[in-house]
Amino acid sequence: MRLVLHWLRQALVPLLSVICGFIVAGFAVFLSGANPVDALVALFQGAFLERNSVSETLIATIPYIFLGLAVAIGFKAGLFNIGAEGQFYLGAIAGTYVGYSLHGLPAIVHIPLAVAAGMLGGLGYAVIPGVLKARFGAHEVITTIMLNHIALAVSDYLINRGPMGDPHASAPKTPFIQHSAELPILIPNARLHLGLLLALAAVPIVWFLIERTTVGFRLRAVGLNQTAARAAGISVGWTIVLVMAMSGALAGLAGADEVLGVSHFMPPTFSVGYGFDSIAVALVARSNPWGIVPAAFLFGSMRSGAGFMQLQTQVSADLISVVQATVIIFVAAPVMVRWLFRLRERPAIPTPLAAQEGAAV
Amino acid sequence: MNEFLQRADLVGLAAATLLASTPLVLAALGGVMSERSGVVNIALEGIMLTGAFMGYVAALATHNLWFGVGVAILSGALIAGLHAVLAIEFLVDQIVSGTVINILAVGITGVYYRTFIQQQNVAGPGTLPVWKIPFLANLPVLGPIFFQNQFVTYAMVVLVVCVHLLLFRSVWGLRTRACGEHPLAAETAGISVRFMRYGNVMLSGALGGLGGAYFSLQQVGNFLPNMTGGKGFIALAAMIFGKWTPFGAFLASLLFAASDALGSRLQFYGINIPYQITSTLPYVLTIIVVAGAVGRAIAPAAVGRPYKKS
Repeated sequence: MRLVLHWLRQALVPLLSVICGFIVAGFAVFLSGANPVDALVALFQGAFLERNSVSETLIATIPYIFLGLAVAIGFKAGLFNIGAEGQFYLGAIAGTYVGYSLHGLPAIVHIPLAVAAGMLGGLGYAVIPGVLKARFGAHEVITTIMLNHIALAVSDYLINRGPMGDPHASAPKTPFIQHSAELPILIPNARLHLGLLLALAAVPIVWFLIERTTVGFRLRAVGLNQTAARAAGISVGWTIVLVMAMSGALAGLAGADEVLGVSHFMPPTFSVGYGFDSIAVALVARSNPWGIVPAAFLFGSMRSGAGFMQLQTQVSADLISVVQATVIIFVAAPVMVRWLFRLRERPAIPTPLAAQEGAAV
Repeated sequence: MNEFLQRADLVGLAAATLLASTPLVLAALGGVMSERSGVVNIALEGIMLTGAFMGYVAALATHNLWFGVGVAILSGALIAGLHAVLAIEFLVDQIVSGTVINILAVGITGVYYRTFIQQQNVAGPGTLPVWKIPFLANLPVLGPIFFQNQFVTYAMVVLVVCVHLLLFRSVWGLRTRACGEHPLAAETAGISVRFMRYGNVMLSGALGGLGGAYFSLQQVGNFLPNMTGGKGFIALAAMIFGKWTPFGAFLASLLFAASDALGSRLQFYGINIPYQITSTLPYVLTIIVVAGAVGRAIAPAAVGRPYKKS
């Protein structure tokens, strides 16, 4: 009972923030001349009531779980990994390549290989900003954003009539992956795939890693106070690289999962703002791995319902960015929510990311 | 090779560089003012996008480009004000609050782009006129580079000097720098850190908003979703590389713009690298600069640290 109460209290500010987010977004819709209630109803309908929409919503939730975990691990160590998007692309590229280029493997071998390739792709790409930060003090916000742009250009180069392009296809895309690399479908007649179980399995693993291992302890120590961590004999540089590697592996897994489970080929762009979305997921979950699941489900539902909303009410799907931004404001400024709703209790002090040692933005 | 060295080509490259540097310099100047007062401003990307959008909508509605420029500046200052409120009043982490502005800008411009711009068939307001400075425009080499530009580019060059004077030769600048280096000392000397930070973050937003006007009102004559394309972040790298000084930021921006202009022209020069790869040149350069310059460039001491009078 006490545990439940504790969880409720933890979830109170995020929940109220989400409500505030929808109110502000509704106001934005109202200003644009559309009916906010209609938009909200259409969003809900698109996410849950249309044919196969629950399955689609769960599919949209999967990458957000991986990416939310990726960003949350970074937050725990005081790192702001905006590069999840680029790492997602590299993971997708690596997973796709292994998925279509290897022939004649049984699924039990091929799937793990392709998934591992995706994780490695993301990991490798995330180690770059990690090393740049640890060795040269380059702020990860700038380097990861630049790497996102580069990842987009590289995937466009590879796939758009490049080395990985499908020469027989009319639209630029890679060849389809082998059937042996496709993630199995969970429910007949829907697209929901094994990735959901992988994502749900990743949550306790990441939690255990952060809360119950020495690596996790070092990571949190670096996040709370770099100077103290260094004085305690923790190698801050190594920890930063390691955190970025883990974060990138999760983001890469998300990318590979998207190809192996959903599209079965890779287009030059996925045109979904995973980078910023995943930051919103991690912030709403307050970087708590368990909290990632409901937060990812929320953003997955919005993403999945947004298309239907745009079709039905002509309200742009970009509206969910407004919801996200507002939610982040209220989660990051608990003072505001508590003041709005007259709550007492002092909020936990957030780790300042902007004012770090050696940080120069 | 002869062609490569033809003067006309290099003059064209230099002119393209100055043009492409315009939004970078303006945003970098904004970054300098904000960070010198102690507030990290990674919101510049979103500020520029907001300025580009609002300026275009205003110009479209009134058929007056100059009104559009004014609205772009004002809206940049206003949305920067939100960053200031979050960072100064609510002590939100400045990176988080900057990210919020960036996401919000994408969302709001996206939503209203669909309702106010995409579905309208009204003729666009066009682009700002090219002003040829009499006599000077006819100078060889210098003329086409410096004296045949549009308003935002001229304003940018003038503002580099203005911001330099403001920062290093005025009371406002002295106070600003004090707030960024040692807010407690500044407060003790009777300076309102809160006021100075608000002022500079909003000034930074005004500069960013003008930078946004470059995209919609000077370059394209239209608004496109996400048309700022990461330039706000490159400008921050230019600010760091330029050691938080206006002239430094100007030169660094020129470097980035040159790599941009060069990247898009390499194919004309007969160098056969896919355009996707050459287009990453400014991004790669930014990473190298941020990694290489940080050790030597020293940020304002109190940047990123919230200050609350106790």
